[in-house]
This record gives sequence, structure tokens and C-alpha cells, in this order.
Amino acid sequence: MSTTDWPLWEVFVRSRRGLSHTHAGSLHAPDAAMALRNARDLYTRRSEGISIWVVPSTEITASSPDEKDSFFDPAADKPYRHPTFYEIPEGVRHL
Amino acid sequence: MTTMTPDAGTQDEAAHEARFNATVAADERIEPRDWMPDAYRASLVRQIAQHAHSEIIGMQPEANWITRAPSLRRKAILIAKVQDEAGHGLYLYSAAETLGTGRDELLDRLHTGRQRYSSIFNYPTLTWADVGAVGWLVDGAAITNQVPLCRCSYGPYARAMVRICKEESFHQRQGYELLLALSQGTEAQHAMAQDAVNRWWWPSLMMFGPPDDESGHSTQSMAWRIKRHSNDELRQRFVDICVPQAKSLGLTLPDPDLSWDEEREHHTFGPIDWEEFREVLRGNGPCNEQRISQRRTAHEEGAWVREAAAEYAAKQVQQQRHTREEDIA
Repeated sequence: MSTTDWPLWEVFVRSRRGLSHTHAGSLHAPDAAMALRNARDLYTRRSEGISIWVVPSTEITASSPDEKDSFFDPAADKPYRHPTFYEIPEGVRHL
Repeated sequence: MTTMTPDAGTQDEAAHEARFNATVAADERIEPRDWMPDAYRASLVRQIAQHAHSEIIGMQPEANWITRAPSLRRKAILIAKVQDEAGHGLYLYSAAETLGTGRDELLDRLHTGRQRYSSIFNYPTLTWADVGAVGWLVDGAAITNQVPLCRCSYGPYARAMVRICKEESFHQRQGYELLLALSQGTEAQHAMAQDAVNRWWWPSLMMFGPPDDESGHSTQSMAWRIKRHSNDELRQRFVDICVPQAKSLGLTLPDPDLSWDEEREHHTFGPIDWEEFREVLRGNGPCNEQRISQRRTAHEEGAWVREAAAEYAAKQVQQQRHTREEDIA
């Protein structure tokens, strides 16, 4: 048996309280417990994290890069969703 | 038969390629699931794999001194450094895997001599001072090479390089500090430091690869923005950085031709023995055989650990399934 049989895990690290987990990279491990330990050794050797998530890579569903234009198009023509779209007379405060 | 109008497949291909070129030209990053030319993918796998192999082979010459470090402080530092090299190898194997070539396959290519690692690791670490020279010069050259790779056009490689460069900085500084301690020590210690620098200087300059007019992959790599500077450019940068650092160490660099060129505002240095470089690449360096055979042995002797872990994981899954079935019954 070789490590080919070890699934790939994506690693997410929370660097400190108040921040969300961020993708740090990936690694191979036979199970979730080992994936956590390996992730600690690989991605937090210099206290980069206080919490780690590991997720089997196969469990992640991703949008397709081929349709990225059409997929994200709906947001492209709606500038009125941004506060800068609106003109407010000078001198109006707290708005 | 050739037709005047390209078929839909070719048109698709052309559109993909145009988008790829535009992304690279705009200095944006290519990500794993984007379309990319086959040659770009192959070139990246080759470069990232060679880089990953260098990291893990590079553990050997330094691990050689862990048990003989002169103090607990130096020993802890060296263990941390060697562990970092393993980590760097893993970041890079992961980056290569996003291109569709897994770690097992790459290790196999290394073990069977189909892929290379940096020629520098085929030189022996003969004295404790070599640990310092490797940190200062070898890691220093690696950093000079790697900093521009943080802006490489392939996202996962660039991200791995950012982590690696952050960590390499400690490697270089501990080496410099170690050499400084020896240089300012007894006469024998000073001589040991000088001897290590004498032996590592030229091989470190070779780490930047052949001169620009002989470098086969460079032009295409630069066009794809995998590479940002030419071999000779980076080598010159490294020499310019090292000369004043050597002076502060109280050590000399083993090159009688080394001098400051007022006009170019760079240091001029003597000719590099490229025949030695080619010999080491051909497998005739002092440690080529030892490095690969040690790597193979480590891999084979570690097989039972990988098997046991996989077996344990399989049994855990089985047990969980069993418990669940009992719960239902």
C-alpha cells in the first residue's frame, strides 16, 4: 500500500480569535485525526494558528472556471448595490 | 486533409489560449482549474518537482550534524531548520499535485533518477562550519532565486514560495550567526569557518544555473512569467549581496578576480568551472549516490508506518459502520 491511498485534505487555519479560517494549503493523511496533526506540524510551526479545520478535498464543490463569466455576470451590472453609486449633497453628514 | 476553416475544437483552443495569455500579460495568476497550455503545465511540474526534491534531499547534509551540534541551542535550531526543509518539500509537492501529478509519482521519478534536485546537495558537509556556510551561502542563494518566484504566474507555486521565503530568512541568519561565532573564535575555529566558505562559495554560484546563453528553459519560462530574472542577473545580485557580508564576517571569498567595477556598479567575479557543474549533474559529484540511496532507504523503511496508518484508518471506518448498524438494529 502506498500514500496514494491516503486521501487529500484541504487545510484551513484561524490565525487568531476574531478572524475566520483561511485556506492554508493541502496535505495527505490516512484519516481526519492524522490530517489535523499533520496540518499542525506543517502549517502552524510558528504559531500561525489557534484553530484548524481539515476537509477531504473530494468534499469540496467548486464553481467552474470555464463558466466564470456567465456565473458571476448577474452581479456585474448592479452598481446600485454599492454606497458609492448614490450622489449625496455636500454637507450632509453621517450618511 | 487540411481545411480553410478551423473546426470548433481548434477555435475553442485558440480562445482558451488567448485568455491564458491575457491573464499572464495582465500579471494575474493562473489557478489550478484554469485552462493552460500543456507545455506550461509540464514545465511547472518539472520545476516545482525539482524544487521539492531539493528541499527533502537538502535535509541530509544538515541532518548529518544534528547529533554533533556543539550546544543544545545550536541543536534545537538545526532540528527546526531540517524540519522546515521537510515542510517546504510538502508545500511544493502539494503545489505540483494541483497540476495533476501526485507526490508518489514525483518521488518515484526522484528515486529512479528521472528527475533531479539541486546539484549543490551533492557536496558533503565536512565540518560543523559547513552548517553555517550552507545557511549563509546555500540558503542565501536559494532566497535570491526564490523571492522573485513569489510573483510567479502560477498561483499555488507563488503562494508556496511566500511561505518558504518567510521561513528561509531564519535559515540564512542562523548560518551567518554560526559563522560569525566561529570567525571570532579561536584561530582553529576561524580557519574552519574560512575553509567551509572556500568550499561552498563556487558551488553556491552554480546554484543559479548555467549562463544565460546556455540556459535551455529560461526564455520560455520568462515569457510565461514563471521566472522573472535571468540566471546571470540573479547570480550577480547574489555576489553583490555577499561581498560586504563576508567582510563583516571577517572572512574572504575564494576568488582572486573579485573586484568592484565602478562603471557597472557591480562586482566582477572570476570564471565559474562549468565542467564541474556538468560533472555533478551527470551524477559524478562527491555525494550523488549516497543522497539517492539514503532517500530510497528512508522511503522503503518508512513503508510500514504508511501501511499501519492506512490500516488503522480503514479499521476505524469499519468499526464506525459496525456501531452504526448496531444502533439501527
